[in-house]
Amino acid sequence: MSVAHDVTDATFADEVLNSGDTIMVDFWAEWCGPCRAVSPILDAIAAENPDKIKIVKLNVDDNPQTAMKYQITSIPAMKVFKGGELVKTIIGAKPKPAIEADLAEFLA
Amino acid sequence: MRQLIIIGSGPAGYTAAIYAARANLAPLVIASSVEFGGELMKTTEVENYPGFVDGIMGPDLMMNMQKQAERFGAEIVYDDVTSVELAGEVKKVTLGNGDVHEALAIIYATGSAYRKLGIDDETRLSGYGVSWCATCDGAFFRQKEIAVVGGGDSAMEEATFLTRFADKVYVIHRKDSLRASKAMQDRAFNDPKIEFLFNKEVAHIYGDQLVTGVGLLDTVDGSETTLDLSGLFIAIGADPRTHLVHGQLDLTEFGTIAVDGRSSRTNLTGVFAAGDVIDPTYRQAVTAAGSGTVAALDAEHYLAGLPKELIDKATAQPVSA
Repeated sequence: MSVAHDVTDATFADEVLNSGDTIMVDFWAEWCGPCRAVSPILDAIAAENPDKIKIVKLNVDDNPQTAMKYQITSIPAMKVFKGGELVKTIIGAKPKPAIEADLAEFLA
Repeated sequence: MRQLIIIGSGPAGYTAAIYAARANLAPLVIASSVEFGGELMKTTEVENYPGFVDGIMGPDLMMNMQKQAERFGAEIVYDDVTSVELAGEVKKVTLGNGDVHEALAIIYATGSAYRKLGIDDETRLSGYGVSWCATCDGAFFRQKEIAVVGGGDSAMEEATFLTRFADKVYVIHRKDSLRASKAMQDRAFNDPKIEFLFNKEVAHIYGDQLVTGVGLLDTVDGSETTLDLSGLFIAIGADPRTHLVHGQLDLTEFGTIAVDGRSSRTNLTGVFAAGDVIDPTYRQAVTAAGSGTVAALDAEHYLAGLPKELIDKATAQPVSA
């Protein structure tokens, strides 16, 4: 499975909003087939861009407060945070080049 | 160069891979990067696949097929095909990562893609209340009022599944009767949370950040009404995925790839097609699997008739990961 670190309702503010890094949160669930498909792609993007973007995972079943706060209605949903601000949302499993294109401004 | 490349990893592609691998053709399966396993990856319980008395989860069934194909020597690549050259004796398949693979025969089993309503705001609100996957997104609509558009088996299945979460599920259908099978219809009709809206077409989807409702057009009297909703699940069928072979393979009037009679042979020698991409009618996991079998046997027969020098050149080189 994924190598990405898990964040929770309890740690979201500390680890994502108060972080100095550009962080992409992968909102996912066990029962979501497309989430399983996109997960290794996100791992690869994180591994290839270690200084540019960090990728963490949030299980929407275990962490409903954060999922609700960000109005998640479809997963996988990938949300990029920078300086505590939500700056980008990517919805749905897509091939690696498509996700890299969506993230171009952060990977440059 | 290989003897055989199979494009697609649904029941047709993987069944073709099982048969071809058992025939020592060492097929390469291009499975797609995010849609491997095909349509069944987005389903839950599959109750009508023979041999599973108590049913089986769609993703489990597909993982089983994948392992079964690998057990006999099929190699699977998780990438997307970006172009194909099918006309010559040696066929070329180019992938998203730039790799080009060659083979003497191709089985094309790319299935179909969800149809869109084709109205304003559908794409903008996709992922914000508009969805094509009830099993993925249904749980976000607990205690909400939502709707399913469509009148076929998949629409009934989605509506019934969504009642686990939603307080109310409307089924919006533009005709006055359903295309769905009797069993699926009965299940939906008997569900107290499901209400049918017949002769209605979705004309608008409303919502700024999230879906808040839809505008419905009555297909009989032309009147318009609005309906407040939090979610809209679209299940109006699927179109065969043929865009990569336009201009190379002949299509039927239904848009599926044309094959010769009951075979899988397309208009190009050495190119075979199987599954939903050739089937405008039945479109079941089992019929796709059967169709994959036909394609593998046709490909095997074709390869057996090629000159030995050509086959000798086609040795499988494992694809580096």
